[in-house]
Amino acid sequence: MLPFLLRRIVIALPTIVLISVFVFAMQKLLPGDPLLVLAGEERDPETLAFLREKYRLNDPIWMQYLAWIRNALQGDLGISLRTNQPVTELMAQKLPVTIQLAIMSMIFALVIGIPAGILSAVKKGTTTDYIANIVALSGLSIPNFWLGIMLILLVSVKWQLLPASGYVPLSEDFGQSIRTMLMPSFVLGTALAATLMRHTRSSMLSVLSTDYVRTARAKGLTERIVILKHALRNALTPIVTLTALLFGELVAGAVLTEQIFTIPGFGKLIVDAVFNRDYAVVQGIVLVTAVGFIFMNLFADAMYYVLNPRLKGQ
Amino acid sequence: MSHLKTAMITALLSTSMLGVAPAMAKDLRIALQSDADVLDPDQSRTFVGRIVYASMCDKLVDITPDLEIIPQLATSWSTSDDGTIITMQLREGVVFHDGTPFNAQAVAANIERSQTMDESRRKSELKSIDTTKVTGEYEIELHLTGADATLMAQLADRAGMMISPTAASAAGADFGLNPVCSGAFSFTERVAQDKIVLSKFPDYWNADAINFDSVTFLPIPDTTVRLANLQSGDIDMLERLAATDLTQANSDNSIIVDSAVSLGYQAITLNINNGEKGDNPWGNDKRLRQALSYAIDREALNQVVFDGAFAPGNQSFPSTSPWYNTELPLEPANIDKAKALLTEAGYPDGIALEVQVPNSTEPLAVMQVVQAMAAQAGIDISLTSKEFATLLSDQSAGDYYASQIGWSGRVDPDGNNHPFVTTDGGINDSKFSDPKMDALLNAARVAPSIGERKALYDEATALMLDELPRVFLYHVNWLWAYNKNIKGFTPYPDGMIRLEGVTWEE
Repeated sequence: MLPFLLRRIVIALPTIVLISVFVFAMQKLLPGDPLLVLAGEERDPETLAFLREKYRLNDPIWMQYLAWIRNALQGDLGISLRTNQPVTELMAQKLPVTIQLAIMSMIFALVIGIPAGILSAVKKGTTTDYIANIVALSGLSIPNFWLGIMLILLVSVKWQLLPASGYVPLSEDFGQSIRTMLMPSFVLGTALAATLMRHTRSSMLSVLSTDYVRTARAKGLTERIVILKHALRNALTPIVTLTALLFGELVAGAVLTEQIFTIPGFGKLIVDAVFNRDYAVVQGIVLVTAVGFIFMNLFADAMYYVLNPRLKGQ
Repeated sequence: MSHLKTAMITALLSTSMLGVAPAMAKDLRIALQSDADVLDPDQSRTFVGRIVYASMCDKLVDITPDLEIIPQLATSWSTSDDGTIITMQLREGVVFHDGTPFNAQAVAANIERSQTMDESRRKSELKSIDTTKVTGEYEIELHLTGADATLMAQLADRAGMMISPTAASAAGADFGLNPVCSGAFSFTERVAQDKIVLSKFPDYWNADAINFDSVTFLPIPDTTVRLANLQSGDIDMLERLAATDLTQANSDNSIIVDSAVSLGYQAITLNINNGEKGDNPWGNDKRLRQALSYAIDREALNQVVFDGAFAPGNQSFPSTSPWYNTELPLEPANIDKAKALLTEAGYPDGIALEVQVPNSTEPLAVMQVVQAMAAQAGIDISLTSKEFATLLSDQSAGDYYASQIGWSGRVDPDGNNHPFVTTDGGINDSKFSDPKMDALLNAARVAPSIGERKALYDEATALMLDELPRVFLYHVNWLWAYNKNIKGFTPYPDGMIRLEGVTWEE
């Protein structure tokens, strides 16, 4: 398994380099001068010139890139033009927030999506199947921001059950932290649950029609054991990959969800940074997210390996 | 018996605590529309940053709601006859949050930092100060390069905020990561985009007027979510309630809404002479700009887009300002006049105008209404919506014909005009240039009395309304919404939240 993973890591490296070049170039192509945003309402030409020099905005773009990548390799991603905080420090503050949101959303997605998928595969063509499908499709098609605002108005303003928005660190107040995160992770989780449900359903359906399932049934095993022990295990293999890939979608979805619920995570950081042309922050986040995504894929490959004994021989 | 007694005493005590004395140990939670930038008064540039400073950093002078300059850290001041020397007496017994004493030396160090630090955004505001002279422990002289009527108003804002010289010299440009001022609350913690926490400073010179143990500022950009947080009790106060949420907020008994007309304005800035695009009919012929102005029904605009919550406007100051030229009041739309002007200018069949607009809801709605109004006069407005940073750089580079943009406003009338319409003005993106305008606005900067200044601004306003490099539309009303338990809040036209004398009474 080790050589397999090593090979994967080596393949991932050029991808990371390409992403870093791409992000850097994209930013410079964006219209809008970061310093005009930075200078505020009154723009003092002298200060503008100084800042341009300080942040090396006068250098040719390839020199800027080399300087950035050199520092990045040493763990220095520059400082935020807006708050003067080091980018690494900003990300260290935000990462646990987004990870918590991602994990809680994933739990919602898995707990809703997989059982619903199994159920609708087993009860194919019945009312249960149709209801599960309608619910799943609604989850996919209701926009995050709408669902989010409706939940806030209902759960927080009307019933006053959960905090309307914001974030409390787990270390500060565990219960309150979970309570604050419930609505956003539900909103994010339901959209993913729908995708998971559809895939689980089709994967289950194809497994259920295989010979070995018929054999298992013929042996007189109970339906419960046939489905959960024999069919599900094989049906889940593609779902594992999908789940890992969905983490990418989670980060993307977090951008909107964090904006609505005012959660100070990666998504909010990157949106604000793009609008403020805070180059260093955008580059830092995209790089870290890309690396994270690649590692999620590696993890999925490794899981495949564990779940599918046939691969062990290779 | 003794149990009963204790219970009774406790009950009595707790009622008296609740009823009479303002409840202490209260953390005030205030929602801001966006996150502040760097918390260094010399480097920062955002409006919300100034709201945080209002609790954290005292200034040499402050303003009243009627824009008069009043003492804060400077207790009195006098100006020499030629206007070039300002002598200030400073408050005694004031200390910064790190224990450094506040005195004339500290003021001198602060002014020097604002003027010379490379990263400083305050240079132009303090340009008129040539040197400072410490003439006593609590007395300082500001020697100016020439009379400057605008300086005191500058000292009532970020340029007059005093930071600890000890902390400033130790931290340099990184001061904003851990700011040390002398205001009512000291900096405790900041999590970018999440919160800024300040704690009551026990040694504050006016500590008796402060009734909160801490203040937490929470950036919540979405207006609906901001209001929802207030209604659910997660926050105590919010700034910039959306005009369209006013009805909802007013119908909630637990919420109080206060407002004040802002110092700023919203306008359409036209490209008069900035680059190639400045050479267009709209830039070349003031009659077209006048026609546009006549076509707009500002009262209706305010009703349609903002439910009447803002103040329609035709000058750089709102009509509530002491600087407003009352001889040129707001006029209703006059489509016939607009058409006549177009014909006179040689466009009897109408003319097109491309206006760039920031891509957010309010400016777009405003311009769509203006578009419909202008169409009645035969002006065919097309809107190009741009993300704000792009709009700004296009405007500054002259790559535009007209731009819907606003200005947050300044206490001194100079700030709403001089940078925009004088030939060398720092934000003159129209590149409007008129020797008469320059002369008037430059004279208003040095005129010794308020009466003389007013006369000059009246004349300048008349000229502006004739030339119209900016077609004024309306003035935003600052809207604060807060929990009914908050007592003693005073709305200010600068949009700040001042917590002196504000209490929490349940």
